[in-house]
Amino acid sequence: MSTAPLLTVAGISKSFRGLRAVDQASLTVPQGGIVSLIGPNGAGKTTCFNMIAGVFRPDEGSISFAGKNIGGLRPDQICHAGIGRTFQIVKPFKDLTALENVIVGALRTERSTRAAKKKAEGVLDQLGMLDKRDQPAGQLTLPERKRLEVARALATDPKLLLLDEVMAGLRPTETDQMVTVFRELNRKQGLTILLIEHVMRAVMALSQHVVVLHHGQVIADGAPEQVVRDPSVLECYLGEEADI
Amino acid sequence: MIARLIEGVPRRALILLGLLLVALLAAPLLVGDYGLSVLILVLYFAYTGQAWNVMMGFAGQLSLGHSLYVGLAAYTAAALYVHFGIGPWLGVWIAIVISMAAGLVIGFLAFRFGIGGVYFALLTIAFAEFTRVGFDHFTWVNGSGGFFLPVAQYSVNDALNLRGSPTMFYYILLAITALAFVFCRWLLTGRIGYYWLAIREEPEAAQTLGINVFRYKMIAVAISAGMTALSGVFFAFYYNNLFPEQIFSMNRSIELILGPIIGGVGSLFGPILGAFVLTALAEVLNDVMVALGYELPGIKLVFYGLCLLAVVMYLPNGIWPPLRKWLGLGERL
Ligand SMILES: Nc1ncnc2c1ncn2[C@@H]1O[C@H](COP(=O)(O)OP(=O)(O)O)[C@@H](O)[C@H]1O
Ligand SMILES: [Mg+2]
Repeated sequence: MSTAPLLTVAGISKSFRGLRAVDQASLTVPQGGIVSLIGPNGAGKTTCFNMIAGVFRPDEGSISFAGKNIGGLRPDQICHAGIGRTFQIVKPFKDLTALENVIVGALRTERSTRAAKKKAEGVLDQLGMLDKRDQPAGQLTLPERKRLEVARALATDPKLLLLDEVMAGLRPTETDQMVTVFRELNRKQGLTILLIEHVMRAVMALSQHVVVLHHGQVIADGAPEQVVRDPSVLECYLGEEADI
Repeated sequence: MIARLIEGVPRRALILLGLLLVALLAAPLLVGDYGLSVLILVLYFAYTGQAWNVMMGFAGQLSLGHSLYVGLAAYTAAALYVHFGIGPWLGVWIAIVISMAAGLVIGFLAFRFGIGGVYFALLTIAFAEFTRVGFDHFTWVNGSGGFFLPVAQYSVNDALNLRGSPTMFYYILLAITALAFVFCRWLLTGRIGYYWLAIREEPEAAQTLGINVFRYKMIAVAISAGMTALSGVFFAFYYNNLFPEQIFSMNRSIELILGPIIGGVGSLFGPILGAFVLTALAEVLNDVMVALGYELPGIKLVFYGLCLLAVVMYLPNGIWPPLRKWLGLGERL
């Protein structure tokens, strides 16, 4: 695995009406790596994703991807640059079937709807959802919708995948299945992953590197085993929730 | 391309559509003058509803000002014919361009500045209204006094100049409606259709999947306005008189979206079914009342209101989707 950074986030900040949701956060994701972004609720994790994915323009700082500055691009341009993302609060196309949802993603690279359909079927299969292909997305369970988010993003052929709490609400066996899927994508297709996750079982199993955000600031950054023993990390989770 | 059009459509659906087409082709031989005039109205609303549905049903953009595109196109084609002798088959292209341009201006203003939903709908009404006021004072087309086409003798059909019998108008309209149906099916099953539905369902997610939301909304408006322009040209040459007060009125905009709403917004056959149910049944009801000796001029509007109420209460997706399911005709028709 090469270690040249695929994504470099340098000192980005974002305020909402005076509230500093993200405060000069920096992180890098190496090519082919898996990095986790953790932190208590409201720490600013999703806001970081939204800046990387082009939803918000950072108030300051810079974001570069594959050597190019991508700050200020629109979300669709970010997608074409090679970054896929899922939404923490899922946004399925409810009236479309699961397969049609994924076809929309596959059309980014495929030229015909027929080819896109074929590819979408492959992606659904990869995520163990092929049996749900003809169900309207609005009728899927929450864990299924989360998987659909992943499938849709994967279908766009990203180089970097941003996953926002896709394991939340999954049973441990389901979590392990997802972990296996991401490991395989990472190993076989060289997919680079940046994930926001509360489920420490997944974080520990997947990531080579963990970044901890608290009140918008990066308070720890290192190997998973090292970060979870960091006193300042333990402290920020006290009184929040005991799932670390 | 043909394969894509009928892929996933059950054979039964194709047979039913074929039968309907045959019935409509034979209809002028079976119904009288009055029946034909009702059928023309049905097809007019079916086609215009289909055009509106591209914007609302497919791309999720609510327009309550489609009378703007009807009116602009009607006046364009009529004025070109009366003032310069340019026939409707040429004039229609200019009318399409003008209606599309109007749609694109509205779309640009709305979508660039993030005006959506109800505010977008209000903007479409506003444009139709001030265009109406503008045409009231547009002396080149006789302002509020109305603009008239020379009325032709019905003995000779001059299809090139759209002068002739109701039967000729009926067949032209039937061809346009059938082509529009196929065209919409083609749009819906292609990349653009997937993109529109994605934008309608979740614009943010759509954009994240690489879709240029602004561009595809603009395309939806342009196609919808362009298709609606044909209705306007037809209107001008069929009725031969145009009044800004009528053609640009909000009533007209509402009238033409009742069909798709009652039939089923977003479906392909809904606008056609809705137009049949509304127009044909309202006429039948009217006749029955007259036959029974009641002259009730407002009965049609009451009927429209009751239909709308019933559909909104019991069939929020319109009458076609449940019927389609019951007939086993698949999901995307
Ligand atoms: N669009 C927004 N408008 C206003 N405040 C927001 C918005 N998005 C997030 N915030 C605020 O920013 C802070 C960080 O939120 P978020 O990034 O969602 O945290 P996390 O994902 O770590 O739980 C929270 O206080 C949240 O209320
Ligand atoms: Mg979050």
